[in-house]
Amino acid sequence: MAAALISGQEWSRVSPRYVGVELVSSLITGLVLCGATVPFIVLGTWFGWPALAVAIVVAVLLLALAPRRVRAIGYRMRDDDLLFTRGIMFQRVVAVPYGRMQLIDVNRGPVARALGLAELKFVTAAASTGVTIPGLPEAEAAELRDRLVALAESRRAGL
Amino acid sequence: MTHDLADGGWHRLHPATPLLRGGIVLIAILGFVVANFRERLIDWLFGAPELPGDPLQTAYERGQLGWAALVVAGLLLLGIASFFLSWRLHTFRIGDDVVEVRSGVLFRTHRRARIDRIQGVAIDRPFFARLFGTARVDISVAGQDAKVQLAYLGGADADALRGEVLRLASGARAAEAQVDTAHPSPPGEREGIVNQRVRELLAPELDPSLAAPESVVKIPPGRLIGSLVLSGFTVMVVLAVALLLTTSMLGRREFLAFIVLPGLVAAIGYYVNRFTKTLRYSIAGTPDGIRVGSGLLSTNNDTLPPGRVHAIEVSQPLLWRPAGWWMIRINRAGAAGEATAQASTTMLPVGTIDDARRVLELLVPGMAGSETGRLVDAGLTARRGEGFTDAPRRARLLRPFSWRRTGFARGEAALLLRGGFVWRRLVVVPLARVQSIRVSQGPVRRGLGLAELTVHTVAGPVRPELAVVDREVAREQFEEWSAAVVIAIDSDRSHRWAERPDDERGRSDET
Repeated sequence: MAAALISGQEWSRVSPRYVGVELVSSLITGLVLCGATVPFIVLGTWFGWPALAVAIVVAVLLLALAPRRVRAIGYRMRDDDLLFTRGIMFQRVVAVPYGRMQLIDVNRGPVARALGLAELKFVTAAASTGVTIPGLPEAEAAELRDRLVALAESRRAGL
Repeated sequence: MTHDLADGGWHRLHPATPLLRGGIVLIAILGFVVANFRERLIDWLFGAPELPGDPLQTAYERGQLGWAALVVAGLLLLGIASFFLSWRLHTFRIGDDVVEVRSGVLFRTHRRARIDRIQGVAIDRPFFARLFGTARVDISVAGQDAKVQLAYLGGADADALRGEVLRLASGARAAEAQVDTAHPSPPGEREGIVNQRVRELLAPELDPSLAAPESVVKIPPGRLIGSLVLSGFTVMVVLAVALLLTTSMLGRREFLAFIVLPGLVAAIGYYVNRFTKTLRYSIAGTPDGIRVGSGLLSTNNDTLPPGRVHAIEVSQPLLWRPAGWWMIRINRAGAAGEATAQASTTMLPVGTIDDARRVLELLVPGMAGSETGRLVDAGLTARRGEGFTDAPRRARLLRPFSWRRTGFARGEAALLLRGGFVWRRLVVVPLARVQSIRVSQGPVRRGLGLAELTVHTVAGPVRPELAVVDREVAREQFEEWSAAVVIAIDSDRSHRWAERPDDERGRSDET
């Protein structure tokens, strides 16, 4: 793996249990992909079976890479801003000053709830910021939310 | 006859409001009915031939004329009453901290906006409203459809209201502001109402006693026409016409009449609309922010308090390059997704490089003259380098033309991002307005040792991003910029731009 964009020692990683959520969603994506090729096979077009093969390969890759995808998600609370990173192939790092917080959402999907996980979304005035930390244990998510709100309050800024 | 609308009490809108908001239709119907009756009367008196199928005639023959008249009159009265009632119930109040509007007859709404969150105050004067000497005031705050609209107010009232709202928002003390808002009012009573209207129609759309008298930019009508002709829209029209001509050569002539005529009318309508909307364009700096106005028949002018500009883009479409014209657009909170978004985000529809420089100076104070000013010049016209850190040569695989110009520089309080070879552009982002920063790379960029830097601001036409940067540089700049943004946010005081530091301290002690 190539060098990370921003050095990776001090990242707080998300719960390993989040792999479960990733596996389920990869499985669903894989099934949808395979399902999409079925009509072509039924119609007897020449690319029906190759398409199914490709779909299966993609699905297996998605499943196999799920643990690494989860390990690549991380966040770091610095003095004045929050860093967030994710992605292996398409890697990205976002820095958001705490004072830019407009609101914080804590969401739980059905699979994540079964695993006792929650997702924390940091919303700023820019729609493209897109900082969503998935796979936090519920207690940790609530605590992180309270800390972030308190930090934002102490560094309140305009738009 | 200016009232003090900002005295903290509830006020009503201008009495002509029901008429301007659609009541005029009722009057038209009334006029139509009356005119019909008149025709009937004349017919009865002079014995004109009877027209079969006329509802009035049928009603008359069946002896139901009285009922018909009653129903029409009843509906009209009901309509007029409801318009009047909605006007009676539509009240607003300018408090020290909030602007409030209560409206609605059956479904009541009560909207409150915090004055220190104001992103802009716009005064629109549609042609019809101008005839009544009224104006519409839009006080916008950040958020989708988040604005307080006061339609309609008397023209002078609207100007006074804007001054007062901005003064409250600025945090300046009332006493010191009183001096500069108290302008000598002309003796309006002695002037006839007709003269007054005519004077208002001819007056510039910025009240000269409130704005700095001179706009920093003047757009001659010739240049405006030129910019419209040399636009992407014209290219589309020409392409469409060429396509139609070739199809008609192939013998499908019937297309022509059906497509060309309506298309032509639409295209001309578009040009005329754009032309009259941008005519008499002016932009001037005032103590309460930048004031942009334009329009010939329907005028509008918009005040942007300091620190409400989130990103600025100076760009030059290819067709404008021979003429050396530039346009300036901005991102601002509270304007995205609205019908008027295009107008309210364009700060300079077309101008020379000097005009662009002057407008930039207004938008980012301290821009020209200093080191930053030199950077702006380099950002607009330089082919590469000149104070900007450029993308490395290997970036030409991803950006075969624009890699030379793709680069960035740090001004005193702003980031400058340069790009575009065909469509040259320079993006300026005030550090204090940055929401977040992202560095990212996909497999291709990783292979080339490149990365992508994106600066997130509120939504708008400007997208501040550097598509190709050397990876080491990107990593370094990511750290540097995010630190600089935090410092800039800390020292930013523009949300209360006229407040003194000691006022600020007093305020924070209270809370």
